[in-house]
Amino acid sequence: MLDIRNLQARVGGGADILKGITLHVNAGEVHAVMGPNGSGKSTLAQVLAGNPAYEVTGGSATLDGNDLLAMQPEERAHAGLFMAFQYPVEIPGVSNAYFLRSAYNEIRKAHGQDEVDPLEFLDIMEKNLALVDMEPSMLNRSVNAGFSGGEKKRNEILQMAVLRPRLAILDETDSGLDIDALRIVAEGVNKLRRPDNATIVVTHYQRLLNHIVPDFVHVLSAGRIVKSGGKELALELEEKGYDWIETPAEAVA
Amino acid sequence: MSSSIENLVNREYKFGFITDIDADAIAAGLGEDTVRVISAKKLEPEWLLEWRLKAYRRWTTMREPHWGNVRYEPISYQVQVYYSAPKTRNPLGSLDEVDPKLRETYDKLGIPLKEQQLLAGVAVDAVFDSVSVGTTYREQLAKLGIIFCSLGEAVREHPDLVRKYLGSVVPYSDNFYASLNSAVFSDGSFVYVPPGVRGPMELSTYFRINAENTGQFERTLIIADKGAYVSYLEGCTAPKRSTHQLHAAVVELIAHESATVKYSTVQNWYAGDEEGRGGIFNFVTKRGKCAGANSKISWTQVETGSAITWKYPSVILQGDNSVGEFYSVAVVNHHQQADTGTKMLHLGRNTRSTIVSKGISAGQGNNSYRGRVYVGPKAAGARNYTQCDSMLIGNRCGAHTFPYIEVGNDTAQVEHEASTSKIGEDQIFYLQQRGISKENAVSMIVAGFCKDVFKELPMEFALEAQQLLGITLEGSVG
Ligand SMILES: Nc1ncnc2c1ncn2[C@@H]1O[C@H](COP(=O)(O)OP(=O)(O)OP(=O)(O)O)[C@@H](O)[C@H]1O
Ligand SMILES: [Mg+2]
Repeated sequence: MLDIRNLQARVGGGADILKGITLHVNAGEVHAVMGPNGSGKSTLAQVLAGNPAYEVTGGSATLDGNDLLAMQPEERAHAGLFMAFQYPVEIPGVSNAYFLRSAYNEIRKAHGQDEVDPLEFLDIMEKNLALVDMEPSMLNRSVNAGFSGGEKKRNEILQMAVLRPRLAILDETDSGLDIDALRIVAEGVNKLRRPDNATIVVTHYQRLLNHIVPDFVHVLSAGRIVKSGGKELALELEEKGYDWIETPAEAVA
Repeated sequence: MSSSIENLVNREYKFGFITDIDADAIAAGLGEDTVRVISAKKLEPEWLLEWRLKAYRRWTTMREPHWGNVRYEPISYQVQVYYSAPKTRNPLGSLDEVDPKLRETYDKLGIPLKEQQLLAGVAVDAVFDSVSVGTTYREQLAKLGIIFCSLGEAVREHPDLVRKYLGSVVPYSDNFYASLNSAVFSDGSFVYVPPGVRGPMELSTYFRINAENTGQFERTLIIADKGAYVSYLEGCTAPKRSTHQLHAAVVELIAHESATVKYSTVQNWYAGDEEGRGGIFNFVTKRGKCAGANSKISWTQVETGSAITWKYPSVILQGDNSVGEFYSVAVVNHHQQADTGTKMLHLGRNTRSTIVSKGISAGQGNNSYRGRVYVGPKAAGARNYTQCDSMLIGNRCGAHTFPYIEVGNDTAQVEHEASTSKIGEDQIFYLQQRGISKENAVSMIVAGFCKDVFKELPMEFALEAQQLLGITLEGSVG
């Protein structure tokens, strides 16, 4: 489904931050990406989502055979790519409900489907609110404005639940969540798992992976995937830290 | 990226067409004769001619004001035409007899002059160049005692009311443009709502400047008697022309005891082309007087057009406990310049005012907020809250804030908040990541920024404002 080959990228004309990432994700799989601060995890997510601040300097990325890197960010979203932001953005004056309905309808339109009206959408929302245990009143508030850190993260998962992506990339969605919220978010993600979608979970903590059990764990260091393994790799990392993983001097991915 | 944001604000002006119609225009230039000719054409009483002449003489002693943060070539007042009326077979006939060319013009503008086709609940006075060409729903309003007609008709049919109130809020000597207007005003709308009556529908005037080199100098006078309520809307467009056109209007509002006047404007005069050629010079004096206790005057404006906007809808808070409000969105793009804001003059006790100003600047546009809050010595317990936010789109535009605050009573509370932000690329990307196109993302962010003002607009206008800003309006607005 997702096929990343030797992907390299930088920001602001500097040196490459991603120095050749290769990663294959099949439908139905959950991949965890771990690694020290500043190793390039968010950069990978942003580059896949098409943030124009990042410049791809080499390699390729396809989703279901389509060249992701040639698409506008919204086209990637239409193709089923969703990224839960590490730092969700505030949009003052735009209600959460209106924003979500617009997003939902834009994606439907891109697939030649009819738009839903506000009433129909309310029904859709009700089910999904329950999934992340969010108050309906949150829908009337401006997008993320004045939300607590945890509320912002839950709001990301709410959006994912509504938009039903084919590929979801969750960038540290667990950071800043209390224990209950962590469980709710993880359960939400698990309920949305289907054989035809896939999830990439970026996290620092093994505890999330107790809830969302990954099929593969990858360690990113200095812009490269330096180790991949099964779910037990996360446990090992938790125990030993990152130091024991040798960063190859000139690894060719 | 910012260039495509700019493209979005750069949509074609839709109302730039010209109506080819014979006009009864007087010669260009301005002198006492001009004033006399206009007055004679309108068959005015002697007192009104005298008032005009006093204004004219005063005007000749005044200098064009240049304290605004706007730049333009000197205006030659002698090349302007001060009166132009479409020649129609039956200028004062009923609505059904409106000249087909004029009807077609208003149809194109989306303002059908047939009552059965009108937006439900909006009565319209259509002003074309210097004269009113039709007013709808008059009879229905008359049953409630509401007078809604052109100012010219009001002078003939309700001379006592006009004489009592004309110039009572904006005297003929008030300022350069107000004096000019007082001398040569041609037409405009007149509204009187009797005691205790609530206007059953929105009253509106639609101003259209058509003729070349012709200034529009309309005057609007709205009176809400004790306990009355009226909501009034004003819309305006003009053809694309390569020379500047002058628009110097005066609006006077009077709210008696416990009366409310709500005045909303969507100003979409032609703004000039991308190089700053042509466009309307909009020099307007708008002022309301809360004459009685517990009265309220609320201005809401969405200013998207004009090459230059110079306007400060103000409220004189004379009655105790009276309330003044000013909600404004001003958008400038290309070479547009806006210097706009308000004055809240607190004279009575426990008077309250709220100012919410949202300035959006794109292209090389320059947007200034200028506001004065004055609290007089007798205005014990007066309160003002001002919020003044600017949004910048691109790097070549400007936003400025000039607040003037004078407090003469130490029990007053005056609060001022201001912010300037750039439209955030992170915000745009966030919305795009959710499947929303960049254009719609910008629209949504701008709409969110303007929300506090849009929610004050009547529904019909909120929709128009949405289209004007090229934005997707908040579902909650209205
Ligand atoms: N927009 C940017 N401008 C400048 N530098 C950037 C930008 N984005 C990322 N970087 C740099 O790229 C490197 C990788 O950052 P990235 O955010 O991808 O790390 P991360 O693995 O997600 O870290 P964390 O675990 O702290 O979230 C860092 O050195 C960071 O400073
Ligand atoms: Mg990160």
